[in-house]
Amino acid sequence: MKREGSPLKGVMTIALKEAADHMTSARMHLIMLLVLLTAAGAVYAAIDQIRATTSEDPFLFLKLFTVARQPLPSFASFMGFLLPLVAIALGFDGVNGEFGRRTMSRILAQPIYRDAVLFGKFLGGMLVIGIALLTLWLLMIGLGILLLGLPPSAGDMARSLAYLAATLIYTGVWLALALAFSTLIKAPATSALAALSVWLIFSIFWSMITPFVANVISPVDPFNPISVVNAFETQQALARISPATLYGEVAQMLLDPASRSVGPVFMSQMQGALVGAPLPTLQSILIVWPQISGLFAAMVLLFTGAYVFFQRQEVRA
Amino acid sequence: MSTHVIEATGLTKRYGSSRAVDGIDLTVEEGEVLGMLGPNGAGKTTTILMLLGLTEASEGSIRILGKDPVREPLAVKRDVGYLPDAVGFYDNLSGRENLRYTARLGGMSAEEADRRIDDALQRVHLSHVGDHRVATYSRGMRQRLGLAELLMRDSRIAILDEPTSGLDPQSTTELLELIRGFAKDGMTVLVSSHLLDVVQSICNRVALFNKGRIGFVGTVAELAQNVADGAFHIEVGADGFDVGMLAEEIDGVSGVTADGDGFWKITASRDIRPDLAKGIVEKGGALKNLDAHRVTLGEAYNLFFREAGNEA
Repeated sequence: MKREGSPLKGVMTIALKEAADHMTSARMHLIMLLVLLTAAGAVYAAIDQIRATTSEDPFLFLKLFTVARQPLPSFASFMGFLLPLVAIALGFDGVNGEFGRRTMSRILAQPIYRDAVLFGKFLGGMLVIGIALLTLWLLMIGLGILLLGLPPSAGDMARSLAYLAATLIYTGVWLALALAFSTLIKAPATSALAALSVWLIFSIFWSMITPFVANVISPVDPFNPISVVNAFETQQALARISPATLYGEVAQMLLDPASRSVGPVFMSQMQGALVGAPLPTLQSILIVWPQISGLFAAMVLLFTGAYVFFQRQEVRA
Repeated sequence: MSTHVIEATGLTKRYGSSRAVDGIDLTVEEGEVLGMLGPNGAGKTTTILMLLGLTEASEGSIRILGKDPVREPLAVKRDVGYLPDAVGFYDNLSGRENLRYTARLGGMSAEEADRRIDDALQRVHLSHVGDHRVATYSRGMRQRLGLAELLMRDSRIAILDEPTSGLDPQSTTELLELIRGFAKDGMTVLVSSHLLDVVQSICNRVALFNKGRIGFVGTVAELAQNVADGAFHIEVGADGFDVGMLAEEIDGVSGVTADGDGFWKITASRDIRPDLAKGIVEKGGALKNLDAHRVTLGEAYNLFFREAGNEA
């Protein structure tokens, strides 16, 4: 028998309440302050560097996102590192927090389906992240115009908007992860730690581990040149398990119109190419489409896992 | 239309091999206040969750206002209000905002919600703190806020899980008074508790839960009668005379035990004090004490659970 009514009834109510809660929470204020400060620092350093080294560039604006001056990393790599932290801060106590406050059974006794609670929590988090990213993006553009004295070109805008969308999906992966941990683990502190460990592993240690593992899976034979390519491809495939790697590739491709590929390129493939000439925006998107789909799939997968587990969870616990 | 607002038959809930609820049959009439009594872990909360459709029953069927809570959960939850054990609210929001949130979840318009929230807060005596954050509320105030939510939603059935646990006597009385008011307005109320006196004062009927089963359903008077057999317990003290011998000759006596030092305890189906007194005085004994009482409800309740415990 089909169940009566829509499972999405109440989703927007819950999402808006969650968003309002996040917006007013001290936790969110602190972490956004951190992000804003680092972003501002990165942009300021980038502008200095651009002034010093670049004379002319058709995509000058995009350089704001990618140029780094030692010791600061670029804006894009800052985002790749810090946005997971924002998402985890928003999601780590999403479900177990409701149990802890003993509000879950009361909310579930309202005339809504259980589905609405998790959907609402995810949507509410995404709403806040979306607003934060949009603000950050506008700030970047504004700072760029003010300090570089140049309006962004249409190509700049198209590419940075695509980058913004990809960033939202990337952050969504971590929000889904944090929510999944918050349904699986009863204690909020434990679920926060679990999510943070995954974040640390993927953003810092993963790139150190993959060469070793790749070497074991496909060792390099000094007498067989193709084994070097194989080893490199294995390593890259392993590295791409980490959402941070995928996001890094997407950012590089979207923000640098001159880059052609995220994998190894042979000399023969470069024949006839105008080195340094920009690719059309759509072509760049096309190259990293697998990465974007991968991120999206990871988000959906993690959310589905959380959803299935949440639907079967005992309410009284 | 049937007046049974709740009908549960053969309700069973298994967790692995253990049965939290084991074949419960329960019917509740419209406008009735039913007390669900039993020690912790007797299956009261599990039964409640199954009635609400928050947990799926392993076996058995439930009809709430003619609907199946698993198949038509929204319709059932619209009519049934639930106040969980130690209810929680969002501490960072005010009492009024908490209610507004649930009103929106129920699909109420903002104006209507505000009107109803005002009325409900008034009724549970929380109007003056409605705009304070719930973090500042005492336990009793939270429970009353929970009742206000049921009032605001205009539930036809209210299910209250341990509403008075952890409250001081004055808050308990206040809360019970409010619940009594609900019933007067025609709301059907289910109250679970492990305390008899809580339930006794407001319930038409009680259901005794033990080890996942219902051992007894009926009015409080019936409980006293059934469990205690309406027997009289008589304590006699007499010097220089064996009351036991005498008592066994009197009609209606079912048990005599010597308490030592000239005291006896006698169980009888009627008040045999006149016969005893006459007998003792006639035989020349010195009557020191003659006390009779029927089993109180509390004793009956304890007796029930002791017996049920022994059987298992």
